[in-house]
Amino acid sequence: MAEKTFIVRIKRQQRADESVRWEEYELRYRPHMNVIICLRDIAERPFTRGGVESTPVSYDANCLEEVCGACAMLINGTARQACTALVDDLEKPIRLEPLTKFPLIRDLVVDRSKMFEDLKRTHCWIPIDGTYNIGEGPRMAPAVQEKGYPLARCITCGNCLEVCPKVNSNDSFVGAAIVSQVRLFNMHPTGAMHSAERLDALMGPGGIAECDNAQNCVKACPKGIPLTESLAAVNGQVLVHAVKSWLRGE
Amino acid sequence: MTVPKIIVVGGGLAGLMATIRVAESGVPVDLFSIVPVKRSHSVCAQGGINAAKNLKGEGDSTWKHFDDTIYGGDFLANQPLVKGMCDAAPAIIDLLDRMGVMFNRTPEGLLDFRRFGGTLFHRTAFAGATTGQQLLYALDEQVRRFESEDKVRKFEGWTFLSVVLDDGGVCRGICVMDLKTMEIRTFPCDAAIFCTGGIGAVFGRSTNSVVCTGSAQSALFQQGVYYANGEFIQVHPTAIPGEDKCRLMSESARGEGGRVWVPKQAGDTRRGKDIPESERFYFLEEWYPKYGNLVPRDVATRAIHKIVFELKMGLVGEPAVYLDVTHIPREVLDRKLEGILEIYEKFVGVDPHVEPMKVFPAMHYTMGGLWVDNEHQATNVPGIYAAGECDYQYHGANRLGANSLVSCIYGGMLAGPAAVEYSRGLESGCESVPAAIFERERVRQQDISDALLNQHKGTENPITIWREMGDIMTENVTVIRYNANLEKTLVKLDELSERFTRINLQDRTQWANQTLSFVRELGNMLILARVITLGALARNETRGAHYKPEFPERDDANWLKTTKASYNGGEIILNYEPVDTSLLPLRERKYTAKS
Repeated sequence: MAEKTFIVRIKRQQRADESVRWEEYELRYRPHMNVIICLRDIAERPFTRGGVESTPVSYDANCLEEVCGACAMLINGTARQACTALVDDLEKPIRLEPLTKFPLIRDLVVDRSKMFEDLKRTHCWIPIDGTYNIGEGPRMAPAVQEKGYPLARCITCGNCLEVCPKVNSNDSFVGAAIVSQVRLFNMHPTGAMHSAERLDALMGPGGIAECDNAQNCVKACPKGIPLTESLAAVNGQVLVHAVKSWLRGE
Repeated sequence: MTVPKIIVVGGGLAGLMATIRVAESGVPVDLFSIVPVKRSHSVCAQGGINAAKNLKGEGDSTWKHFDDTIYGGDFLANQPLVKGMCDAAPAIIDLLDRMGVMFNRTPEGLLDFRRFGGTLFHRTAFAGATTGQQLLYALDEQVRRFESEDKVRKFEGWTFLSVVLDDGGVCRGICVMDLKTMEIRTFPCDAAIFCTGGIGAVFGRSTNSVVCTGSAQSALFQQGVYYANGEFIQVHPTAIPGEDKCRLMSESARGEGGRVWVPKQAGDTRRGKDIPESERFYFLEEWYPKYGNLVPRDVATRAIHKIVFELKMGLVGEPAVYLDVTHIPREVLDRKLEGILEIYEKFVGVDPHVEPMKVFPAMHYTMGGLWVDNEHQATNVPGIYAAGECDYQYHGANRLGANSLVSCIYGGMLAGPAAVEYSRGLESGCESVPAAIFERERVRQQDISDALLNQHKGTENPITIWREMGDIMTENVTVIRYNANLEKTLVKLDELSERFTRINLQDRTQWANQTLSFVRELGNMLILARVITLGALARNETRGAHYKPEFPERDDANWLKTTKASYNGGEIILNYEPVDTSLLPLRERKYTAKS
């Protein structure tokens, strides 16, 4: 019996300022393959379908169980994690491209440091007094934990930014992931004491007002985070905050 | 000297905690990591973190946590630091809680605790089944706060190559490679803290992340840092086998009532859920009535091996057993185990709420690691500290579930201030070291990269060598160890090292060349594999995770000692030192007793 194979097409680019080329690889099918295994197969035998020797494809990956956020890319045009993209479920030929809303480094690797910078800008942390042993944390109702925990599972993959029409070279929207983190920290008993700092950061350019409610983000989230709920909640908080600031004459 | 300069390498739990402690003391930190630190392997820890808070009225205490840990580790761990860790654990949980970790709660709003392997107490705090992720994020956020105050500089996307040693053998800096530009640079420091995690890649497929290669540890070993107890490798009993990695199914599944079983009738072809209760063999509950499904990992793993390979009672068509949570109410599963059940469903395509999961043991953790002293996380080389999975101190011959997160954080808490204190005590700091010392190391490392890039006649593929190494290490140096097979493994490693000299890089570019960094890691992995195998070969006894059927008993007279490997001119030498058992007398480790 002939060996079962399938085709993977990959958008290759050595650097952002170099030309794009598409390469096709014919890979041997095995059960339970995912896109990561495809990329490793290519690294072990980097010859295109036409028999031309190429180089292993550069890509980001770490945990391989969809909890680190590293391996986001466009797979058949959809922004998703490569580790959970199973070959059996994908239309062939499989098409791999880098995310488009972040600066390209090489092949499928992009620079998502903007998201980490935005987490910094929006003060997404609990400002503790220090690591000294000063007793227990605040009590928290189970209902609050059950709302907060799903938000805390955000893996900063960037898929929600990739699909957002307001994240582009003209608009500077921070994106749903960051807004949802602001909601998380504003929800925490200690974090709430400092919610004004975070809301201030979301009031200017790139802030919550730039969301035009396309609702693509929530569908693209691999962790099922209720992003549109977060956008609505933080939008409400920002409005109240703005009115209060105005009344205080700030 | 002026203000000390501290470098931390690795941004998982241990590295982040060390960073926080140093920054908090007013000393600036440079933090280096291969991946953005928020993507470090700590995210993969699932079940929880141990601390004897005794919130369930069970009479738990930090002494009992200490006893369980030492007993679970088969008395190989030095006892004082383990006691320190167990004593500190409740305050560590409080700290994490204050940092905003979304731990599961009781109706009263207090932290909830569940049971884990190797204990009879509810001692494990948890945030769903993604506790490591939640803890990592909390520390990541604190470090980001320090970063915004310019107390921490992050270097993400850099890989560690070596330390810069002065002529007196003192660490004066590190040599690293930028994974984008492939530039090799040195950075001076007064002390460097290594928190570089696990070594899963040495075994090919494991539960570890891609970055867990042990390359940094091996590089340090080759520069004179001792490597201790390398032969103690934990194989987790329940993982989903996979070609790219084995995905962990947390012990917390059993902590919440999950049961391990196989059909009583070998070769039963019915689906798991169609096999009635009376025809199931709950072998852990039967063989270990007191601890049941929550025996320590080495015990559960050997039991599964016995079922599958000796008794031939594994599931039809593949080496596996069932891990069953289908009897647990859906509401409980959603609240406490969602994270792992989602992984099973996404990768296997079967709903574990309805069908029992098929699992098999997989390499998971190294108890061994860089040798550090019994007080400060200091290695034998002045200026080099280590904490987290990459050190050897806390778990003896077998780690208990949910002790890794607490050991990472505790180690980081000690290493940070210790490195600062050491630096403050230096007569002269790194700024007084001649530039030539740094340049010498940079050139040495550049030459290694250049030699690989300029090797045009290579025929050997790096992935192939890596896979062959992983296969033989998994086959011969994990669950069951025979000396003849260990000898064969050493021969194979020799062959692979020889083939490594003829490696074909395939990618000779100077931009985001992942092959170059992988090949450099692979060279280091081959040496670490030898350390592990030699340690296993020498140790003729059975202790914790180290099981030799030819020597089935623990042999305290000859082997109650720490393996301490050193490297001398390309040769690996094994030395031994006594274990500090000053707090808890030795006793037989036996989990078979009735309750």
